[in-house]
Amino acid sequence: MSARRLQGGSAPLRLLPGALRRGVERFAGRHQSLAVLVGVALVGAFLPVIVGVPPFSGFGNRNDFVDGFANAGVFVLLALGLNVVVGLAGLLDLGYAAFFAIGSYAYAYSASPFSHLDVPFWPMLLVGAMVAATFGILLGAPTLRLRGDYLAIVTLGFGEIVPVVFLNSDTYTNGTNGISAVYQPSAYGLFGIGSFGFGNPWPYYVTVLAIVAVAMMLLYRLQDSRLGRAWVAIREDEVAAASMGVNTVTTKLLAFAIGASTAGLAGVFNASKLSLVSPDQFGFTVSFTILAMVVLGGMGNIWGVAIGAFTLYEVQSVFLKQLTNFVHGIHLPAVDLGFLRLDISAIDFVQYQFLLYGLALVSMMLLRPEGLFPSRERKRELHESAEEAAESNEEVVQA
Amino acid sequence: MRRRPGRALLVPAILLLLATLDWSYMGTEQFVNALTIGAVYALIALGYTMVYGIIELINFAHGDVFMVGSFVTYWLLSSLGFNGTISDLPLLVVVLVGTFLAAMVVMGGIGVVIERFAYRPLRNAPRLAPLITAIGVSFILQNIIQIFFGPSVISAPQVMDVQARVNLGGVDVSVVKLFVIAVAFILMIALQTFVSRTRMGRAMRSTAIDRDAAQLMGVDINTTIAVTFFIGSALAGAAGVVQVLYLGTTNFQLGFQAGLKAFTSAVLGGIGNITGAALGGFLIGFIEVNSTVAGFSRWSEAIVFGILVLVLVFRPTGLLGQQLGERA
Repeated sequence: MSARRLQGGSAPLRLLPGALRRGVERFAGRHQSLAVLVGVALVGAFLPVIVGVPPFSGFGNRNDFVDGFANAGVFVLLALGLNVVVGLAGLLDLGYAAFFAIGSYAYAYSASPFSHLDVPFWPMLLVGAMVAATFGILLGAPTLRLRGDYLAIVTLGFGEIVPVVFLNSDTYTNGTNGISAVYQPSAYGLFGIGSFGFGNPWPYYVTVLAIVAVAMMLLYRLQDSRLGRAWVAIREDEVAAASMGVNTVTTKLLAFAIGASTAGLAGVFNASKLSLVSPDQFGFTVSFTILAMVVLGGMGNIWGVAIGAFTLYEVQSVFLKQLTNFVHGIHLPAVDLGFLRLDISAIDFVQYQFLLYGLALVSMMLLRPEGLFPSRERKRELHESAEEAAESNEEVVQA
Repeated sequence: MRRRPGRALLVPAILLLLATLDWSYMGTEQFVNALTIGAVYALIALGYTMVYGIIELINFAHGDVFMVGSFVTYWLLSSLGFNGTISDLPLLVVVLVGTFLAAMVVMGGIGVVIERFAYRPLRNAPRLAPLITAIGVSFILQNIIQIFFGPSVISAPQVMDVQARVNLGGVDVSVVKLFVIAVAFILMIALQTFVSRTRMGRAMRSTAIDRDAAQLMGVDINTTIAVTFFIGSALAGAAGVVQVLYLGTTNFQLGFQAGLKAFTSAVLGGIGNITGAALGGFLIGFIEVNSTVAGFSRWSEAIVFGILVLVLVFRPTGLLGQQLGERA
């Protein structure tokens, strides 16, 4: 089962020569967790090296890049979690940032001068994940019997309410200002790479790599488990799944809880890295960005989603900035349409990342709904249902 | 379904009673405010409910169609050189009629284009696909507006005198608000007549009930759905004009909140039901103004979404909705 999936879905492996590829595939099929670990470690070691080489070295120094990679890791985690909900279980969650917020605030409240508490970072990773999962269950329990698009709206509403609650509960969250000076983790000399701090992104980078690797390992195992098959069954046909003995409520709740816990984990990490948590960090745009990452990477494909998230984050934080600098440098003439004036060389492209995301979502859905790196099952399913519907329509017309 | 004739009177009676109580609670000024805000939500909610009724799609981009409508109005009025109140009555009438017509036709056209390119190709795709496209369209609209008009709040010319008041049977009311409420009611009645009396309206209703059967009966599905989008988006465009007349400000992010509230209205009234959407719009307007009057203005959004969640969980068919069977 797992061997087949890895063979079917591994586009980068196709670049390797035949014998080597078969070797890698056989290895990955037998030792999936180890393969994930090795894969993440290889990518993690490769990234800081490549940014030292032109053209990347011209865009910034290595520490800035590594800092960006650590932030990208947060989004990779978020996308992995949302992928469980949207990609595997087929539930459209548009308020996913709410769980990110809950995890962030859980850590900020437990480890900052604001509350005079100082709970260490490492256990809080688990606590934050568990708090977020609890809220996932609290939200999911009454709403998961709703059909797909209603669920989308309820989660959207939830995603709007949570920041409002954090904004207005001044006693616990310090309102608009948010909680600042959140304590950064202490490594206790575990890594031998210096202490966590703003000047040194490396400990964060290594930590996020470790979290992503563990999360991916667990998610791969979940996907191949009885629960993973139940998710896919529900996604494809809920009624059929229920009649085959799948407990749809528990299964969907678990998807929600596991998705939420990943966001909680990412929240704790992000709060400690930024050292600041405020309500405006968790708007709808965050949920939307994560959704775009999942769709772009290929709903249901774990490593595809991870690549999608990483790519989109880097496009937004590095590519658009460089594009802006480039366009400002070449002085294009402004287009004047009477009342409207469009000055391309004055545009800050970073501001329009959401235009890019919007276009990406629309064109992906129209042209390649399975994403850039599709999971084989998902691809077949998306194309099959369209074909079936087209056929049945033809029948109607002919009749 | 068994008909219960008494119920048809029960709902208006309860609403009338609540409205009277509310009037004495918050006073005329706030009561009219609630009606005005409610009228805007109702106009937007109609588009949600019509589109959902016919193709079962939550058109996330609809709130942004409203937002673009307000910018079209702003652009039109300022490029025609108006920058304040028009005191010449005949000119004012011409400008108002012209603005409403232009904004409604332009937005209707944009709605048709959106349907043609973003939703029609996905009509037979899994349900998730058009939903995600709709979110994409919403962000595209927002960013196009941001490119042309910038990210800040824009103050638009208010061609009607906001200070003007009129005495209605002993009650002092703002003219603009009265005008807004009147326009909303006229448009809603026109829509109701169109849907229930014309041939195209019948095509829309039959397509909503069973698309395949309607097609077999000779209904042109594509045209019918396009017309539905045109009307829904035109109403959102009218709401955009109202926004400029009444508040005189607009912003590229206006559509998201307004869209969510309008959608809540549509769900509250019973999605797919035109009267329900109008009723829901006014109810949400009242809930919002009431929560402000009661001193919970910081929570008004949370209250509205809380209501949405409660309605969806306990009565997904809304106040006036039909039994949807396995749909909800």
